[in-house]
Amino acid sequence: MDKVVEVIDVSMNYHTLEGETEAIRKLNFDIMNGEFVSIVGPSGCGKSTLLSLISGILTPTSGKVLINGKKVEGPSASVGYMLQKDHLFEWRNIMKNITIGLEIQGKLNKENQEFVEQLLKEYGLYEFRNHYPRQLSGGMRQRVALIRTLATKPNILLLDEPFSALDYQTKIAISEEVWLILKKEKKTAILVTHDLAEAISMSDRIIVLTKRPAEIKSMHQINLSCDCKTPITCREAPEFRIYFNKIWKELDVHV
Amino acid sequence: MYDDINTNISEEYKKYLKSHRRKKSAIRISRIILLIFIFVLWEIAAQKEWIDPFIMSQPSRILETLITMGKDGSLFIHTGVTVYETIVGFVIGTILGTLIAIALWWSDFLASVLDPYLVVLNALPKTALGPIILVWIGGTTKSIIVMALLFSIVVTIINVYTSFRSCDEDKIKLLKTFGANKKQILRKVVLPSGITSIISTLKINVGLSLVGVIVGEFLVSKAGLGYLIIYGGQVFKMDLVMTSVIILAIVAAVLYLSVLWIEKRVLKMM
Repeated sequence: MDKVVEVIDVSMNYHTLEGETEAIRKLNFDIMNGEFVSIVGPSGCGKSTLLSLISGILTPTSGKVLINGKKVEGPSASVGYMLQKDHLFEWRNIMKNITIGLEIQGKLNKENQEFVEQLLKEYGLYEFRNHYPRQLSGGMRQRVALIRTLATKPNILLLDEPFSALDYQTKIAISEEVWLILKKEKKTAILVTHDLAEAISMSDRIIVLTKRPAEIKSMHQINLSCDCKTPITCREAPEFRIYFNKIWKELDVHV
Repeated sequence: MYDDINTNISEEYKKYLKSHRRKKSAIRISRIILLIFIFVLWEIAAQKEWIDPFIMSQPSRILETLITMGKDGSLFIHTGVTVYETIVGFVIGTILGTLIAIALWWSDFLASVLDPYLVVLNALPKTALGPIILVWIGGTTKSIIVMALLFSIVVTIINVYTSFRSCDEDKIKLLKTFGANKKQILRKVVLPSGITSIISTLKINVGLSLVGVIVGEFLVSKAGLGYLIIYGGQVFKMDLVMTSVIILAIVAAVLYLSVLWIEKRVLKMM
């Protein structure tokens, strides 16, 4: 397997008038093509910062990030980003919301338009293409947000707690759906989450970070014994609880 | 979306709608009665000489003045001048104010530098600038339009800039992940999400521009409702003053309602 993301000696410091905050310290890890990796860690440990660094909207203080072997120097079309909330624009209909990335990258041609229409058809949103976001349910809006990310054909997806704003049932259903879509489209994904169960059920590998400044505490290859692996069936695998307890202990949560 | 509500309504709901309608028409009728009551009381008070009609004027004399002014056309000339000056000042103030707000959004440095000036300009009574403008530009329509503009522009800049600043950071981040530049961020998210507040500024502006125009006409002009009011006061023609004030009230209401109508149109288009 090829490495698609390489994080090499990455450190990140924030500067404010109150002082300097060390968010990330000398991180090193690789992500393979087609892999689904989750990053977990205590609140405020710099998980989202890490995604911003990989996506190129932030530049590391030292170290570098390579995508497909090339150094990241700004946002690139090969990386898609999905945020906590759907952030659909109320003044645009679903179709126009989905094509906004293509619009910005100047790639709104007929071919891509057809690609988007095909995605919409495939994932049951085609009949809603002329609707406005307020007419859709929370789960559907998140699905639109995913398709908006897929529209620019990235091969790596960064998911920044994309399900945390949803209610429990919708969250389980949508994370299953998103997982299936990502596997079907053969995307590499990095998920940042607070939800350990979500991380274990979706991932091939989990990276546990320490509290700030973030360093790698441990890595876990997730091997669950279930016949047809999807996030919901994974939750029933016997090993699920074992992983859960092990990582929970490593997170060292004190309330 | 809600079309299906009306097709199958219960008795209870019908009753609710009916009582709602009745309440609304009661309010409307009461408003009209109040207006008639004031004018009738005014007329009676003047005829019975409870008040001095020379100082207080009276509705029948206002009507007379209105008819005379309508006949010789001066009613339309003066009203037209005031409306024209207000609309020009209002439109220029809004456009220029929005452009300046965009410039401030674009450059944090510029915004920080200009911040105290804006605060002072906003607090300064614009009326005080009247004589200066009169001297600089002269006693023409131009200086009245500048007054109207002065009254509305600072509020526009502050309101629109504030709305640009309150644009959701994560929405901007989303566009950045697609590689958007500053111009694209402005066009695709900051402007459209600020449009509602730009429109609500219009409602304030139209009133402020009218204030500016009247102040300007008080100071310099030879035409317009402000001119009529100040002239009528000077020669003690209270009928003329009262008539002009009433026309002014109607003009203000019509201008406000027009902006409201435009607002509805624009919001519907989005």
